Amino acid sequence: MSDQTANGSATAAVEAAVREDRVGLLRVLGPVHVWALGVGIVLVGEFMGWNFSVGKGGAMGALIACWVIGLLYTCVAMIDSEVTSTVAAAGGQYAQAKHIMGPLMAFNVGLYLVMAYTMLEAADALIVGDLLVILAEQTGYEALDPKPFVILIIAFLAFLNYRGVFMTLTLNFIITAAAFVSIIILFLGVQPWQPGAMLKHSDLLTDLPYGWIGVIAAFQFGIWYYLGIEGTCQAAEEVRSPSRSLPLGTMTGIMTLLIAATLTWYVCSGLLPWEYLGQATVPLYDAARMTGSTTLQIFLFVGTMFAATASANGCINDASRAWFSMGRDRYMPLWFGAVHPRYRTPYRSILFLIPIAVSFAFTGLLDQVITFSILSGLLGYTFMPINMVIFRKKWPLGTIRRGYVHPFHPIPAIVLMVLCITTFFATYLGFGVQLLAMMVFYIVVSIWFSVHRYKYVRRSDQFTMNWPKPQGY
Amino acid sequence: MSKYYEPPKQSKLGQLFDSAFLLVLVYVALFIPLILGLTGAGSTTHIPEEVNWDTLGQNPTMQAQWEKLGYTPDSAAEIISTRFDYTINPILLAITAIVIIGYFVFLVKVSDKEYREVIREKFDQ
Repeated sequence: MSDQTANGSATAAVEAAVREDRVGLLRVLGPVHVWALGVGIVLVGEFMGWNFSVGKGGAMGALIACWVIGLLYTCVAMIDSEVTSTVAAAGGQYAQAKHIMGPLMAFNVGLYLVMAYTMLEAADALIVGDLLVILAEQTGYEALDPKPFVILIIAFLAFLNYRGVFMTLTLNFIITAAAFVSIIILFLGVQPWQPGAMLKHSDLLTDLPYGWIGVIAAFQFGIWYYLGIEGTCQAAEEVRSPSRSLPLGTMTGIMTLLIAATLTWYVCSGLLPWEYLGQATVPLYDAARMTGSTTLQIFLFVGTMFAATASANGCINDASRAWFSMGRDRYMPLWFGAVHPRYRTPYRSILFLIPIAVSFAFTGLLDQVITFSILSGLLGYTFMPINMVIFRKKWPLGTIRRGYVHPFHPIPAIVLMVLCITTFFATYLGFGVQLLAMMVFYIVVSIWFSVHRYKYVRRSDQFTMNWPKPQGY
Repeated sequence: MSKYYEPPKQSKLGQLFDSAFLLVLVYVALFIPLILGLTGAGSTTHIPEEVNWDTLGQNPTMQAQWEKLGYTPDSAAEIISTRFDYTINPILLAITAIVIIGYFVFLVKVSDKEYREVIREKFDQ
């Protein structure tokens, strides 16, 4: 009885905080932190994962996929800029879905974010473990078990996130910058001004090994070059000046990634046979090994470790905030909507997601863990064009104040939808069963939300913008 | 004028159950298929009867790079000879398409129904 009373009063306390003053996260971040959050999550994609697109379509196929998927992200950026600059509420795409499409879609979008980042975090931890195993083998120790290191890195980063976002993202800024510098150093180290001296593109680049269907298949891992850059929106509630910091941090982030992706493809395809590159775990580190320079090898070892660590760090930050937001809105149990009384972080959400990341990292199946992350991201991008069309229909231009209006509507939405459908087909080519497994997960969880969870959701709290009533309602 | 919906309070046990349900679903739908090998790349491997760099289709530069990586023709043969199987199964493709389209139709329809309740409470009181 007393337990029930205690439980009831604890729940009531969280609920009161959520409803009345919405215990806030600290507003301490600037543009460099936003850059570090976005690039920190994505830069690891240059150190591992992107090269699986070479396996699916050959080196040239991977380059074409990189460009085409770049177009997909351009559409994402155009659409997201209009909606984010108008929906001035924390939560990024999750908040957009709440205001424009409704609770079930918002619940799914929140889950896309959580699953994409948690699986990416698992892949990052897996890479840290694998890199240490490779180092151990090169130094004559054959039997290193990566699992303790996987646990150690996730536990350490979760602790940092638990303690506070400022320290966490300041660390991310430093290690992300160092990882980016390591790519530049490798690029200069392979003497690109002397083709044939170290880089052997003329002998290593082949025709498309699977023809054009391989190029389409490569779209799946082409996503990996950029996946997660839209996560900068997740920090909206903790940024000092969101209208300045978010666009500035995101745009400089995309430019950084474009440079890094180009350099990475150029160096790796000029040093490694495509069949090896297509299945390598740490391709940039392998490229450094091929130069014969111990210094470059050390730089890329450190760069890969830093990139994976920064990415995992940002993923814990973003996934926990999406989960926290859903808890605060009662899409998830309200217990997750609590902020740490001292550190002001969503500590319960941080802790809850750790076992999932550790379990998937333990499988050692990098391409499949990455595919789960890609599919969740892809579902989120598929939501965007639907959301955009409905947004313009419910609030046509001139009915509400928009921070930015993207040109040529609905062409970006149509292009984005076509590219998303093509990328689903690309995933079907080779990873069809995994695609269906992911869909089963989202279908079951959506039914669960509709028949069970939705009854705990306070209806009017789902719309907080000071907008007129949407047209047609 | 519509009635203001007051959601029920969920007990701590109920919250624990919901959290456990989601964890179990992640493991059943995603993790178990992974570790049982039900997911992953569909591929075929055709290693030539006589294995050397030439029969594996590697030119002298490629051979040199493989050797720098520490591979011999025998150890590299499986990597070089494994190819994705892009054969399209029309039934599986149709099922996949129906599942994805059906999922989004369900999301849009049900979300819209819930959204109408949100808008009614927000604007009609």
